Amino acid sequence: MSALKIKKGSTSHSAYNLRPTFSDEPETHTLAVLVDNEPGVLARVIGLFAGRGYNIDSLTVAEVDHTGHTSRITVVTTGTPQVIEQIKAQLGRIVPVHEVHDLTVDGASVERELALFKVAGSGEKRVEALRLADIFRANAVDSTLESFVFELTGTPGKIDAFADLMRPLGLVEVARTGVAALSRGAQ
Amino acid sequence: MVVQALKDQGVDTVFGYPGGAVLPIYDEIFQQNDIRHILVRHEQGAVHAAEGYARSTGKVGVALVTSGPGATNAVTGLTDALLDSIPILVLTGQVPTFMIGSDAFQEADTVGITRPCTKHNWLAKDTDTLAETLHQAFHVAQSGRPGPVLVDIPKDVQFANGNYTAPEKSDTTIYQPQTKGDIEAINELVEAIATAERPVFYTGGGVINSGPQASKLLRELVEATGFPITSTLMGLGAYPASGENWLGMLGMHGLYEANMAMHDCDLMINIGARFDDRITGLISAFSPGSIKAHVDIDPSSINKVIKADIPIVGDVASVLTDLLKVFKAQGKRTNKGAVAKWQGQIAEWRKINCLAFTQKGKTIRPQHALARLEALTKEHDRYITTEVGQHQMWAAQYLGFEDPNRWMTSGGLGTMGYGFPASIGVQMAHPDSLVINVAGEASWLMNMQEMGTAVQFRLPVKQFIMNNERLGMVRQWQELLHGERYSHSWSEALPDFVKLAEAFGAKGILCSDPDDLDDAIMEMITHDGPVIFDCLIEKHENCFPMIPSGKPHNEMLLGEANTQGVIQAGGAVMV
Repeated sequence: MSALKIKKGSTSHSAYNLRPTFSDEPETHTLAVLVDNEPGVLARVIGLFAGRGYNIDSLTVAEVDHTGHTSRITVVTTGTPQVIEQIKAQLGRIVPVHEVHDLTVDGASVERELALFKVAGSGEKRVEALRLADIFRANAVDSTLESFVFELTGTPGKIDAFADLMRPLGLVEVARTGVAALSRGAQ
Repeated sequence: MVVQALKDQGVDTVFGYPGGAVLPIYDEIFQQNDIRHILVRHEQGAVHAAEGYARSTGKVGVALVTSGPGATNAVTGLTDALLDSIPILVLTGQVPTFMIGSDAFQEADTVGITRPCTKHNWLAKDTDTLAETLHQAFHVAQSGRPGPVLVDIPKDVQFANGNYTAPEKSDTTIYQPQTKGDIEAINELVEAIATAERPVFYTGGGVINSGPQASKLLRELVEATGFPITSTLMGLGAYPASGENWLGMLGMHGLYEANMAMHDCDLMINIGARFDDRITGLISAFSPGSIKAHVDIDPSSINKVIKADIPIVGDVASVLTDLLKVFKAQGKRTNKGAVAKWQGQIAEWRKINCLAFTQKGKTIRPQHALARLEALTKEHDRYITTEVGQHQMWAAQYLGFEDPNRWMTSGGLGTMGYGFPASIGVQMAHPDSLVINVAGEASWLMNMQEMGTAVQFRLPVKQFIMNNERLGMVRQWQELLHGERYSHSWSEALPDFVKLAEAFGAKGILCSDPDDLDDAIMEMITHDGPVIFDCLIEKHENCFPMIPSGKPHNEMLLGEANTQGVIQAGGAVMV
């Protein structure tokens, strides 16, 4: 080829991580997006995903700083590394977006989701549901003679696992909040 | 309030169309003389005119339209400006705040509709913060990668009195993009420049948007390195067409030597271009052996389509300043022997003479029309706009641009109907210059109502219509791709353009004979007023060179021969 001395895909010193060696395998990333809490800001973020054909696996949004009018949007998305980089760059371009953190690559992070499960049944199944809920440390927050509503907090995987167990025991409905996530440590 | 904010931002011209929801602003405009208002005939025209104004001056173009249909008619212009990174501000009226959401007369969710086609938009709900919002809108429109912004102003907010905030007191910290390039990456690029054997500069609209200084620095860099340079459609004029290192435009209808240089280079220096699909062709075969440096102010442009080996996020002028500093400090090192050999190869490609044509017979060939237009106008203080289609590509090929901001065309969105209103915007900004819109008859008819604007404001815009009675580019694709089944790509009821001009109170010129062409063009140039020039051209001419969809750069079609079956199934689905 050429006499150029530059190695393809060498590391970047830019403020942006612009020079990853991309693979074509899809990955799941959790992004924390800090935005001005102003009308339409969520529509801008969601519209970006819809308009450019990116996936949203999970989405949570709430105001986190009332005086600073800042909201935190936690979005879990799946795409090839190139697509994930594009999503972050596109998010960063939106004027009311202050910061975009990729919790999946920025170091260790904790992810939690809250879910409510309505399980209806009687007899042995009802007892088994209650026993499994105890193992998962789920709380019964509503109870009738034919049903429970369990509240469970945990990683999305734990919630998936609990839903799988409840299905044969009379699972009627599930409500999930989507993922909230923070990086570990003091920063 | 609104007019004061515009004045404080240095606005001298507004393109607009009144309506119920903007009457208070129009009342303010009536009572002052600092800002000229140009009454267009359709809101799309207002936005394109603002674009033409912006592209030819580097300033923010301003359009003012009413709520509902006024705002929806502005959407095409906003999207056009978004794709071509043109700084414009569109002010829309809105129904009063207490009626929003009630399906009021001429109500539309303007902010919702325009969210994906603006860089940012605002609904101004409070008169006290309106001025600051307007100043922020100007800031966002012209900082970083420029783009269109929109401020939607409910009628009660227009009527109410409030506190005015001056531009310098407005908070612009809301948006502060990175403009200075990473110096280590710049050092890497200088190193690559020193060792490259087959380098090429590939520049785009970002150089123009960065300002005249960027073009100056680019010329200095090309001069200092002796590297060949090509440009996208949007970047024409940043480097002069008469410059010795100029390869001509690249891309789907770019020059043979430019595309071959892109394909075979070992160092591609992309400055302010975005690897658009009209440029890359088949991505997997795009310049397979090259190291790619990419300078762009928008981080999302980098690695979007083509992976960059040397990514530099920053403003072109700032990056080129730093780059030249390092390059000079290190003794302007280049691999002179290898580059000379490379230039020799390029000279061989040039000999193909891909734009050669012969004018014979009694029908004007489009290439000849543009070659004559070029010969007779290039010495003028000239600005060119275009519509979209074959004529646009021919204009890019056969007209030469020596300076930036002289060439206004709809690149990214490809908006038919752009050129005529844009020429009005350009003429407003440059009243004494020669402004020519190179048009196709089909595109031109899309916004022909703006003849009224041109005549009313005595704007001597020249409408050079290359009339083949066809949607030429559509026809060309149908010929190449769809078995010559020309489905709805011609018009059976075209107007008599001379009479049309006369009906509007303008001058019309018809030319169909190559022998009359020069005299007719001279008549058009010397006429003091708007002219519709109906140039009847060969009806079945195709635009070459052409890289068929789904093909790499080194498989260009150079002429009519062998055009059958060249686009395979994979390419046929692409546009």
